[in-house]
Amino acid sequence: MDKNKIQEAKQSWEGRHHELAKCAPHTTDWGDPVEPLYTPADGGDQDYLNQSGFPGDFPFVRGVYSSMYLGRPWTVRQYSGYDSPKDTNARFRYLLEQGQTGLSVAFDLPTQIGYDSDHPMSAGEVGKVGVPVDTLEDMEVIFEDLPLDKLSTSMTINAPSAIMLAMYVSIGKKQGLDPSVLRGTLQNDVLKEYTVRGTYIFPPQPSIRLVTDIFAYCSQNVPKFNTINVAGYHLREAGCSAVQEIAFSFTNAIAYIQAALDTGLDIDAFAPRISWIFNTNNKLFEEVAKYRAARRIWAELLRDRFGAKDPRSCMLRFHTQTSGAALTAQQPLNNVVRVAYQTLAAVLAGAQSIAACSYDEALSLPTEESVRTSLRTQQILREETGVTDTIDPLGGSYYMEALTDQIYTRIKELMDRVEQMGGAVAAIEKGFVQKEIERRAYDIQKRIEAGEMVVVGVNKYTIEEEETEVLVESNPQAEQDQIERLNAMKNRRSNDKVESALAALKQSAQGDGALMPVIIEAVEAYASLGEICGVLREVFGEYQPVRTI
Amino acid sequence: MSKRIRVLAAKPGLDGHDRGIKVVCTGLKDAGMEVIYTGLRQTPEAIVSAALQEDVDVIALSTLSGAHNQHLPRVAKLLKEKGASHILLVAGGIVPPKDRVVLKEQGISEIFGPGATMPQIVKFIEDNQPLS
Repeated sequence: MDKNKIQEAKQSWEGRHHELAKCAPHTTDWGDPVEPLYTPADGGDQDYLNQSGFPGDFPFVRGVYSSMYLGRPWTVRQYSGYDSPKDTNARFRYLLEQGQTGLSVAFDLPTQIGYDSDHPMSAGEVGKVGVPVDTLEDMEVIFEDLPLDKLSTSMTINAPSAIMLAMYVSIGKKQGLDPSVLRGTLQNDVLKEYTVRGTYIFPPQPSIRLVTDIFAYCSQNVPKFNTINVAGYHLREAGCSAVQEIAFSFTNAIAYIQAALDTGLDIDAFAPRISWIFNTNNKLFEEVAKYRAARRIWAELLRDRFGAKDPRSCMLRFHTQTSGAALTAQQPLNNVVRVAYQTLAAVLAGAQSIAACSYDEALSLPTEESVRTSLRTQQILREETGVTDTIDPLGGSYYMEALTDQIYTRIKELMDRVEQMGGAVAAIEKGFVQKEIERRAYDIQKRIEAGEMVVVGVNKYTIEEEETEVLVESNPQAEQDQIERLNAMKNRRSNDKVESALAALKQSAQGDGALMPVIIEAVEAYASLGEICGVLREVFGEYQPVRTI
Repeated sequence: MSKRIRVLAAKPGLDGHDRGIKVVCTGLKDAGMEVIYTGLRQTPEAIVSAALQEDVDVIALSTLSGAHNQHLPRVAKLLKEKGASHILLVAGGIVPPKDRVVLKEQGISEIFGPGATMPQIVKFIEDNQPLS
C-alpha cells in the first residue's frame, strides 16, 4: 500500500468535490478533528502483528480471549441493592431467575463511608442508594440461599472494601466453602474517591496500604477474586473525556501496582486479578476505539514497565456500565435507545461484563420493569442481532484503526503528564486531576446550553411534558428497622470477643502487620463496620479534601 | 457599584457526587457572584453557621442521594431559628415532584432538577435574593 499515493488521490477527490469544503467538521469527544472520510492511509497500516495482533494474544487490541463471545458471552450484571438486606436478597433472586449471571451489590452511603446505621451522619441516608451493611448478619441475609460457589459477585465499595471482603469470605465459610472457590470483584479503588466520588475515609497512604493488603491476602487465599476494579467509570461520569477516563484510571492503577511491588509482591502474583470498570458513552466508534487502545497501552505498560511475564497480567479485562449521566429526565423513554446504543458499543469493544442502565435512572431507583428492559437490551443484542458472530467486527475499518491510533497517543500523552507530576497521588494532592475534570464538566454544560452539543429531548426536539412521578420510593421505615437490627445484634453478640478483636486490629494497624486476618476475626465476632472503621480512623486519620473551587 | 451577591454552596449529607454543584459554582462566578463552596459531608448546622459567618445572601445546596427530606428542611429550620430567613435557600439534585412541593412549603425557594440550565439558576437567584 502506497500511503502517499492514496493521500494524493484523496486530495484530488476533495478538489473535485467542492461541496466537501463546505461541510462543518466534527470533533471527537477529546477535541481532535474528525475527517469526513478515512482511507487506508489514515489507519490500519500499522505493524499488525505487534500493534494489533490476534484476540487472546499480546497486545490484546482485538480482545483479551482467543474466542471472545464465541466461547463465552459477556456477564450480564445489573447493579442493585436497596432499602434493606432482605429486599436486596429478594431483588437478587428475581434477577437470577430472569437470566442474570452475576450479582452486583450497591451499598448505601453510610456503609461506603464506614458509619453504622445509627451514626448521626447516617440520618436520612440509610438504605437510600444501596443496601446498608452494619454487621456480618446483614451480609448473611443479603446472600441467604444464594450459593456463593455458583455466583460471581461484584461489590461496589472502596474505603471499607477489606471489611466487605472479610464478610464475604465468612459467609462462604458458613456455606462450607473454601475461600479459594469464591469468585467476584471488589471495587477497592480508593484514589478515584478523592477526585470524583467522595466516599473516602482515610488519607491516601493508609488507603493504599489496605488495597495492597487485599492483593496479598487474595493472592494467597482467594485467588479467583478480582482484588480491585479500577474505576474509569466515575471519572467519566464526573465530566472526563474518553482520554481522561483511561489516562487517569491507568495512572491510579500504576500507583497501586507500585505500592504492591514496594511491599515485595511479585507483579504476576496480583496483576492478573486487577479488573476494570469503564463508562460506555454515546459516541459509538470513539468508545470502541477507546477500549481497543486501552488494551494495548495496558499490555505494553505491564510488560515493558513492570516486567510482567504472565500474559494474564497484561490483559485488560473490563466491566462497563452505560452512562448514567448521559440519561435525561426529559422524555425518559429515549433513554432506552441511548442505553441500547451504548451497550452495542460495549459489545463491539469486547467487554467482559456489562451493566446497562435503566431508563428511569435520572429520576429515581429503577422499577422492576425498567430493570427488565435493560436486561432484555443485553439479551436482544446477544441473541438476535448477530453482533457477536465474529470477534472485533470493526477491526480493520479505516476509521476505527485511525481512531484507535489517535486515542492511544492522546491517552499516553496525558499519562506522561501525570507521571511527570510524580504520579497519581501527587497529581491528586495538587488538585490537578480534580481541576481538569471540573473544567471539562463546565465546558460540557456550556456546550449543551449553547446547543453545540445536542441532547435530544433537552435542547432539541423538546416537547411540553408533564413531570414523571416517581414509581419506586425507598421505604421510610427501613432506617429505623436497620438500627433496631444493629442494636439487637450488639446485645446478642459477645462483646468481649469484639473488644479483643478490635484491640488486635488496632495493634496491626499501628504496626505494619497484615490487616485482612484481623479484620476477618473482627467481622466473625460481629463487630460492626462502624466499629472496625472507627479503629482504623483512630490510627490512620481522616482525609481532608483539596480545595479546588 | 452594586454589591455582589454572595453565595454559599454546600453538599449536605454523605452524597459525594459533586459534578453538579461544582458546575453551578463556576457558572455563578461567571455570572458575577461571589461563591464559597464548603465541600462534601456538611451537616445542616455547619452549613448555617458558615452562611452566617460569611454573611451570604444565598445558600445553594445539592443532594442526589435521596436524603433531601432529611437535610433541606433542617437547614431552613435552623435559618429561621437564627433569624436568618432572609437568606435565599435553593437546592438542586434528584428530588421527586411531590417532595418538591413539601420542601417549598418548608422554606426552600426553588429546587432545580436534571436539565436545569445555568441561565435559569442565575436568573432565579438574581430575582429573588434579598438585595434585589
